Amino acid sequence: MELKVLFKYTDDPDQYKMDTYISHGGYKAWEKVLKEIKPDEVIEIVKQSGVRGRGGAGFPAGVKWGFVPKDSPKPKYLVCNGDESEPGTCKDRVLMENDPHRVVEGMAISSYAIGAHHAFIYIRGEFVFPAERMRGAIEEAYEKGFLGKDILGTGYDLEMTVHTGGGAYICGEETALLNSLEGKPGMSRIRPPFPAIEGLYASPTVVNNVETLANVPEIINRGADWYAGMGTEKSKGTRIFCLSGHVKKPGNYELELGTPLRHLIYDLGGGILDDKELKAVIPGGSSTPVLTPDQIDVPMDFESVAEIGSMLGSCGVIVMHEDTCMVWAATRLAYFYMHESCGKCTPCRMGTQWMYQILSRIESGEGRPEDMDHLLSACDNIEGQTLCPLGDAAAMPVRSFAKTFREEFEYHIEHKKCMVQNSFPSFGQ
Amino acid sequence: MILNDETVKKIKATVPIYPQRRSCILPALTLAYWQEGHLNDDIYREISDILDLKTVDVASAASFYTMFPKAPVGKYYIQVCHNISCALLGADSLIDYLAQKLGVKLGETTEDGLFTVVTVECLGSCTTAPVMQINNDYYENLTREKVDQILEDLRKQG
Ligand SMILES: Cc1cc2nc3c(=O)[nH]c(=O)nc-3n(C[C@H](O)[C@H](O)[C@H](O)COP(=O)(O)O)c2cc1C
Ligand code: FES
Repeated sequence: MELKVLFKYTDDPDQYKMDTYISHGGYKAWEKVLKEIKPDEVIEIVKQSGVRGRGGAGFPAGVKWGFVPKDSPKPKYLVCNGDESEPGTCKDRVLMENDPHRVVEGMAISSYAIGAHHAFIYIRGEFVFPAERMRGAIEEAYEKGFLGKDILGTGYDLEMTVHTGGGAYICGEETALLNSLEGKPGMSRIRPPFPAIEGLYASPTVVNNVETLANVPEIINRGADWYAGMGTEKSKGTRIFCLSGHVKKPGNYELELGTPLRHLIYDLGGGILDDKELKAVIPGGSSTPVLTPDQIDVPMDFESVAEIGSMLGSCGVIVMHEDTCMVWAATRLAYFYMHESCGKCTPCRMGTQWMYQILSRIESGEGRPEDMDHLLSACDNIEGQTLCPLGDAAAMPVRSFAKTFREEFEYHIEHKKCMVQNSFPSFGQ
Repeated sequence: MILNDETVKKIKATVPIYPQRRSCILPALTLAYWQEGHLNDDIYREISDILDLKTVDVASAASFYTMFPKAPVGKYYIQVCHNISCALLGADSLIDYLAQKLGVKLGETTEDGLFTVVTVECLGSCTTAPVMQINNDYYENLTREKVDQILEDLRKQG
């Protein structure tokens, strides 16, 4: 069901301004934390709430904060991940644009909890307007004394900086993001060490997604129990689902975790475009394995989606109707991952090229009988073999399309043409 | 000097923000791109002088980031998303339409120097597909009429 926690005020055109945010209860949590709650207790509350990372992997936020060593002599950093680069995902943008102070407040509370005195928000370079809104909010927060030196007379100092990227998918991956923030090419680092121990400038760093941190102020205001009362046993709270593709009413919908995918597609999304039949759904951003119509009663929570072999990921739900060629879809995704592979490690650089070459051959009707085996073996040689998770992200969707819709791929190879001719709305109709 | 006083001033202002100087590279590249519309070796040299960093560090960062064109482009740099959600809603026909209307191939610039059309990967605006970015602005839920209007308005601005 729709349940608006993060989206409660995002339709208010003035919500991005300090006064409006305050009139809606903004910065109360920040004040309360600074004056009444110890950093350790903040971490405990966030742990109790059960809120898990919204960037993709779903790691419990409070637990991650608890990994930051307290005795380290190095400065600590908070980095908010606003790279929003997983195809199908466009939720953090709404928060940054329409409710930037909520993000600032969440970042501030998290910084305080881990003992950081400098927080960064890394925003993809294309998001010029969201970055402008975030800068504006941070500026207002400094003016009000919510950021800077000796905040509200408590002795706590916090600087906050917007940093924008340069157009690279991999910079959404946290270690690549940190390299990028350090001014280097955005290539991933080998883990361990994990960022909580050695992150930005080799100092302890927490990286959290925009949506994860935006939940924090309300968790403080209304308590861990309130938050933990939403969602399922292991997937607490709400998530913003980005519904795109062949639906009548695409959009960002905030739903309680555990809401069936069918409800999102058919009730909120108004069903399939032109009343065609549903054919395939990618549930959690382009790297997550594709689902078929018989699977859409799945409750959208981390565990249930994993049980049927896919992932909740970034909640980018991409819907495809009956007139969509699955070979075409897989080829389009494979092209993306080839384009975004940084080239540092061979299995990813070569593997993504092979996948794309084989797929485009099959798509254009020049596929060979052995191509399916080659394609799947390319997936095997990428998955688990690459330095960073981009390889897995590339192989997972290709394998799932090839396995789930194998007969369509084989038809392409055998008959040198599509089983279903792509028929999409020409733009503007 | 390619970078003007305003840009140089803004680049210098990033220095006290970061614990390490090298972090200023991406902000500097962004500011230079906003001024010039593209980047090149001379710009990397100027940035490295301003920031007192090695030119190779600036250049290697720049070469990694695809958002910055490395050669001059049209005054209006049209970047059309051709990733999955946009493609499902007709991005390919949008690209064809733009190319045909402007009389250019992908990557080419119109003779009057006004427009360059390229394809880009997901712009993070999938629920309002099809989408394109022109310089710093997003244009969403595109229709034929909207595209015609946008091009006409930009032409008028010159
Ligand atoms: C290839 C790749 C791309 C990613 N892109 C993003 C992204 O755009 N935004 C994001 O928040 N996390 C992204 N992540 C996940 C981050 O690495 C990291 O797990 C996350 O920012 C942690 O925050 P969270 O615990 O709040 O989710 C990506 C991961 C991978 C492997
Ligand atoms: S696929 Fe085009 S904006 Fe995401």
